[in-house]
Parts: sequence; C-alpha cells; structure tokens
Amino acid sequence: MRSVFLICRKELNSYFASPIAYLLMAFFALIFGFVLFNATRDFIRYSFQMQFQGGGGPMSINDQIITPLLGFTSTITLFLVPLITMRLFAEEKRSGTIELLLTSPVTDLQIILGKWLGAMLLFLCILAMSMINLALLFAWGKPDLKPVLVAYLGLILQGGCLLGIGALISSMTKNQIIAGGVTFFVVLLLWLLSWSTANDTGVLSQVLNYLSIVTHFDNFAKGVVETKDLVFYFSMIFFSLFITSRAMESLRWRA
Amino acid sequence: MIKVEGLTKRYARTVAVDDISFEVEKGQIVGFLGPNGAGKTTTMRVLTCFLPPTTGKVTVAGFDVQENPMEVKKRIGYLPESPPLYPEMEVIEYLRFVGKLKGIASTELRSRVDEVIERCAVADVRTRLISKLSKGYRQRVGLAQAIIHNPDVLILDEPTSGLDPKQIIETRELIRSLAGDHTIILSTHILSEVEHSCERVIIISQGKLAAIDSVANLTNRLRGSEAVALEVDASSGRPSPADVQQRLGTVSGVRGVRLKDSRNGRLVFEIESLQGRQIRGDLARTVVNAGWNLNELRSVGLSLEDIFLQLTAAEQKDVEQPEGVQA
Repeated sequence: MRSVFLICRKELNSYFASPIAYLLMAFFALIFGFVLFNATRDFIRYSFQMQFQGGGGPMSINDQIITPLLGFTSTITLFLVPLITMRLFAEEKRSGTIELLLTSPVTDLQIILGKWLGAMLLFLCILAMSMINLALLFAWGKPDLKPVLVAYLGLILQGGCLLGIGALISSMTKNQIIAGGVTFFVVLLLWLLSWSTANDTGVLSQVLNYLSIVTHFDNFAKGVVETKDLVFYFSMIFFSLFITSRAMESLRWRA
Repeated sequence: MIKVEGLTKRYARTVAVDDISFEVEKGQIVGFLGPNGAGKTTTMRVLTCFLPPTTGKVTVAGFDVQENPMEVKKRIGYLPESPPLYPEMEVIEYLRFVGKLKGIASTELRSRVDEVIERCAVADVRTRLISKLSKGYRQRVGLAQAIIHNPDVLILDEPTSGLDPKQIIETRELIRSLAGDHTIILSTHILSEVEHSCERVIIISQGKLAAIDSVANLTNRLRGSEAVALEVDASSGRPSPADVQQRLGTVSGVRGVRLKDSRNGRLVFEIESLQGRQIRGDLARTVVNAGWNLNELRSVGLSLEDIFLQLTAAEQKDVEQPEGVQA
C-alpha cells in the first residue's frame, strides 16, 4: 500500500508541476461558472415572473439548477478524462522511466493503482472547483444537500470509470496524442451508446444501453443511489484496471 | 551471483539473444562487450526482470527472475541506457522517491540519500530541477539512483555513452570504487572501456556468445596481431600509391595493406599483421630502404568489428598464408 501511495503522490506532483492541472481546473471553473450563471439568471427571472403574474408550478433550485448543471458536468468529464490520462503510461514509456518502475520491487498492480489514484485525485481537485460555485447557491438559497452529494458521488464514480479506461489505453502506446485521441473517441462512444438506444426496447439495445456509462449517471443525478449502478461502476473500474495490468504484462512479453 | 543458462529471447520477428550461458561471481566487474544491436540491452533487461526470457533459466543471488522477481528486483540496481529521470523533479526529491520505491525504510532514507549524493558527486545540484541538468550530471544522478538501495548486483547499460572525456574518467573511477561491495555488469561497445574497468569480459555478437574471458587473456590474444597506420610523404607526386602498397605487401607477417588517404601529398596506409607477428620494424626498414620519407608509423587499436572477426575466425587465421596485396 505504501508503494501505491508513493506512486500516487508522484503522479499528483507531476500534474501540479506542469501547467496541465491548473489549466484544467481553470477552464473547468470557467465553464462551470458560466453555465451556473446562466441557469441561475433564468431561474431568478422565472421566479420574478411567477411572483408578479402568479401561477406556474413549484420552484426548486435542486431540480432547476443543480440537477441539469451536474448532468452537464458529467458531459464535461468526457472531455477532461483524456487530457488527464493520456500521459499516465505513455509518457513514462517514451522517456524510459517505466524501466525504473518495472525494475523496482513493486508489482504491476501497485503501479497501476497508484497512477489511477493520482489521476483520480486530480479529477477530484477539478470537481472541487465546482463546489466553490455551488457554495454560493447554498449561501443564498436553500437547496437540499443530499441529492447534491449523491450527484457528486455519481460524478466521482463515473470519472473513476472513465479514468480507468483512459489508463488502459495509455498503457498500450508510447504516444500521448494517440492515447488521448483514442481515449476521447472511446469515451465519446460510450456516451453515444445511450443516445441510439434510448427509444428502443430490443435486447441488444438494452445491453448497449446498460453499457453506456452515462445512463448510470442519470439515477445519481436525480438523487437516487441504486445498487445496480454502484455495481456497474465498481465492476467497470475493477475491470479496466485489471485489463490494464494484463496489457502491461502482454507488452512485456512482446516488447 | 548471476547465473544465466541457455538464455534465448525472441521478439516478434527477430532473435535478440540466442542461447547465451554465463556466470558471474560475487564482487566481480564484468564487461558486456558487443556492437550496437548485439543483444546487450536485451540480456540486461532480462536480468533486471524487465523482460521475461523466452527460454532459459536466469538466477540472480539464487532467485529465479521469473519465479521470484520481487526478490531479484530488491537486489538489483539498474541504470538503463538513458537514465530514467523525471524532469519535473529536483535531484534530491527524485532520489528520495527512488529510495522509497526500492523499499528503503524511512528512518534510513535520509542517510542513504546523503550518501549517494556524496558518492556520485551531485551535491552541488541537489536542489536543481533534473530538466536543467547537463548530460554528465544526469548520468551521475542515474548512477546514484541505481546504488541507492545498496544492491548486491549493479547493472549498467552503457554508463559512459555521451559523456565528455573528463566525465568518462570520473564515471569509470566511480564504478571502480563501487566494485568491492557490488557485483557489477556494465555494457559497452568501446573496447578500452572494458580494459579500464573490468576484470572479465563477455563478448556477444548478433545475439550469440563470442567469447568469455578475463581481460588480461583477451588483450593478450588480441595484441598478438596488430594494426599499424603508416604515412609516407608523397608531396613531389612520387612514390605512387600502388608502388608503396605493393612493396609493403611483400613484408613478411603482413596480412593486408589498405590505402586510407592520399590527399595533401601524403599516403596513409593501414596495415594488419598476422597473429603473433611484430611488423613495425620491418615496415620502417622497407620504406626507408626504398628511399621514401616515412612521416609516421604507429599502432592503432583494433576496432570492435576486427575483434569479432578475429575471435570468430581465430582458428582459420592462424593457418592462413599471407594474402599479399589487397586493393
């Protein structure tokens, strides 16, 4: 476990030693703030209208601002993940530092877990930027906290899944651009799976729908924690990291 | 300490290492000599558990690299051809990281880091970013990284490549100072490198073991035949190259004469002797007797390719007759 944390810390340090961590955090904060501003402005305008003209349904900050906002955030993660994971293994393979890791008394699994955890922590730092904005909503409004926490849990689990897939792809190439590009398309595909099958009830489309990472987030966004979604995310994380360790081993044999 | 039996490593299409066997005793410095692409790096990577062998049995300190890689890795320090450095780290930060990675207890870490910093003479750059270091310093930090956990076996892949002469001497001295407590394998494609730092040599060529011997024996064997560079003045347009070449070819003990350069009114030849023959005196006499001006006569080291030719074809050469003039 000591080795896992050691490698995790090294990863996190190298993210923050380059501009990449700050850039991702800044751009995420910018986009999130922009969307939140628009959603809040519309919400306030709408609530004024209702006050003066009467009528309309009940208003809820949770349903009308936070849920769509965090749903949108789950889409932004699709773009963030390739940028986070592309360097994980590809850079070490190119610069040769992978030889240091693989000839040190640590197992492949410890290396992979450490790297994934490092990527995960950066992802959490990026997500944390959105909390600054949400804190404002909590300061002046009275949204319900629990569904927000559940949505964050969903974001984190979905992020962990995607980061696992990104790590797997990064472990298969020396080229960061290829790692990032392929990850982006794979992640995009997993997202699109939910589009094509939304109105179909055949078995195949249901399977595809189940495989889509985004469909499992929908429940979390509504504030519902379902066991099947938890199982899906945890098994995806486990599966992708397991395949990564297999990929590293097969590369050793072929190398 | 290290035992390699019938090691073969096959890549998709090529055989990088073909049935190599050797043993290294504790405390020895062994040179791994071979031209580029001979399989040196591959063999070292198998020893360090970076690559698994296709067939064969490799044990380090009694542990098999395939069955017990963790134990082997704990006992090996490895400096790959390009030092595995993280450019965004400071030297001391990097050494601490490697120390922890190699499993050094945190109570010992500080003293170990201080020791290797002093030993590898990187104290003056300890807080410098690795990306800002010169090649020589990088190499030394790489070496510090390899010895930080005080390994029994040290594997160095071309430790002096790309360094300037002063740095090469320093690195050699450093390696020799490490000899007592560590078993060292270092690879190189430079013959003099081996002569300077190693006790034994393992020569491989095209994945096969060409020779394995002590340095003293090997150099004796090689010194038996020598290559000589000879320069004759021809500023007046005479003598003609063919003339000189023909005359030198008749000297007894000469295996071949090659014209290397004929510009600026000088003729430079490279002459190779037969095994065990001293030819310099005879060559000088021949030139002077012919009335030509002898500008220079010196023995040149054999290139690695020559050595391989000699080692692999040593038997035939001894019975070979002088071939005379070669164009």
